[in-house]
Amino acid sequence: MNNFSYTRANDVGNAVAEIAADNHAKFIAGGTNIIDLMKENVERPTRLVDISRLPLNEITESDGGGLRLGALCTNADTAYHAQVEKRYPLLSSAILAGASPQLRNMATDGGNLLQRTRCYYFYDTATPCNKREPGTGCSAINGFNRIHAILGTSEACIATHPSDMCVALAALEAVVHVTGKNGERAIPFADFHRLPGDTPHLDNNLHADEIITALDLPAQGFAQNYTYLKLRDRASYAFALVSVAVALDMDGDTIKEARLALGGVAHKPWRDTEAEAMLSGKSATKENFQKAAEAIIRDAKGFGHNTFKIELAKRAVVRALKQAAEGTPQPTEIKKVL
Amino acid sequence: MSLNHSNHSANSSAENSQGSHHDSTALPAKTSITFKLNNRETTLEVAPWTTLLDALREQLNLTGTKKGCDHGQCGACTVIVDGVRINSCLTLAIMRDEAEITTIEGIEALSEGDGLHALQTAFIECDAFQCGYCTPGQICSAVGLMNEGRARTKDEIRELMSGNICRCGAYPNIVAAIEQAMNASGNNVNQSEGSDGR
Repeated sequence: MNNFSYTRANDVGNAVAEIAADNHAKFIAGGTNIIDLMKENVERPTRLVDISRLPLNEITESDGGGLRLGALCTNADTAYHAQVEKRYPLLSSAILAGASPQLRNMATDGGNLLQRTRCYYFYDTATPCNKREPGTGCSAINGFNRIHAILGTSEACIATHPSDMCVALAALEAVVHVTGKNGERAIPFADFHRLPGDTPHLDNNLHADEIITALDLPAQGFAQNYTYLKLRDRASYAFALVSVAVALDMDGDTIKEARLALGGVAHKPWRDTEAEAMLSGKSATKENFQKAAEAIIRDAKGFGHNTFKIELAKRAVVRALKQAAEGTPQPTEIKKVL
Repeated sequence: MSLNHSNHSANSSAENSQGSHHDSTALPAKTSITFKLNNRETTLEVAPWTTLLDALREQLNLTGTKKGCDHGQCGACTVIVDGVRINSCLTLAIMRDEAEITTIEGIEALSEGDGLHALQTAFIECDAFQCGYCTPGQICSAVGLMNEGRARTKDEIRELMSGNICRCGAYPNIVAAIEQAMNASGNNVNQSEGSDGR
């Protein structure tokens, strides 16, 4: 880890002023990803601004009947919050499918959105990586790419976004509230993270002087028919090869509205509104689930080691839709896929 | 120490160094922090980049907390901070100014009676280790698990201990030890297994 100076921010305005004044400064909150990246010399800030004591750690009712998650709520406090468990069990389930209890006790909700990819080459400073050092090339495209993306990739980068929580937030259509030098703005979740294109060093659309202050969950929580199905090499405490968040609004056996988001397959949580629309007004049958699954992976492209993910994603979508429609979500502690 | 005073001291030390932080030869000044460590007020000087794990082991000689992977992947460094289990390798000591910290050396004092903590006794009785390197982290993590009160079945114990790796593979006995301690504390573990034992 390189040497750096340390400042503790007293309020949001102070935090924004500190970060805006020094382009080698970074925020630290839970620290679970940035400290790891600093140990690997991937991140080398000369200054850390500690935002962990800012008063952004409450979960409150929001206007419009939803919930507002303060950006500094820990993942654990969020997943186990009574209102989140009751009204947004998809979010609880996704959070609890990720990391370990120790990490969830440290990691914050805002920080979860900002965690970097776990691409081996991004972490290995001895290899070229366009995300770490723009213009140096992508080592993964012709390298060991078993964990890499199959959707929305570019010639510059095939990294995935590693979050489970964000897959649920995408399906729930959360809104990200941020504050910067020029004031506050609200970013719909679908517009928060970016596809790599030719700027893979940019993970998201947050400006350099902005801080995430809250995440708003809309009133509709899909608490009756949902699931978060995560498939991985190890049964616990591993990143997703493929994960699926499903949220359905059902009327008897008919799907009124479907939300479908995939993790582990793209540079951002992957939503496909066309595939979702194919399910609305349809009955919950395997045939209809298969059509939606075919649609969501229609543009998928494998790179050799990760080509298996295309079929895996398709089958995971069908299984997850079945779980959600039947009201039998995958429990985190049960390792057999229901 | 009040929060304001602490903020002021942390800020002022960073400001002192800020004027020269582009000068690579001048390192930021060390900062004095105070925390309640194993029930004792402890003050020490730390550089901003010192992790809590390194402060405990190198500066305070509390070597019970282990450095396994140093990347939050193995759980050997697990300690309890402000009532919850965390990985001490992934937090900076300077960020834990004013915190209440319990390491394996202080676990015994958490129990009501004299002698070892119920989890320590259970680990011995159930033979829940072989080499013992991961054991301090396993026990601190299990203390956190019991505080959280979320585990009701063996499957849940296994899932909620998944942040602690044991390369000797003592997992069945670790689960048995935690189950014994939970049953002794009145939080009986539901004996019905899930559809898959692992």
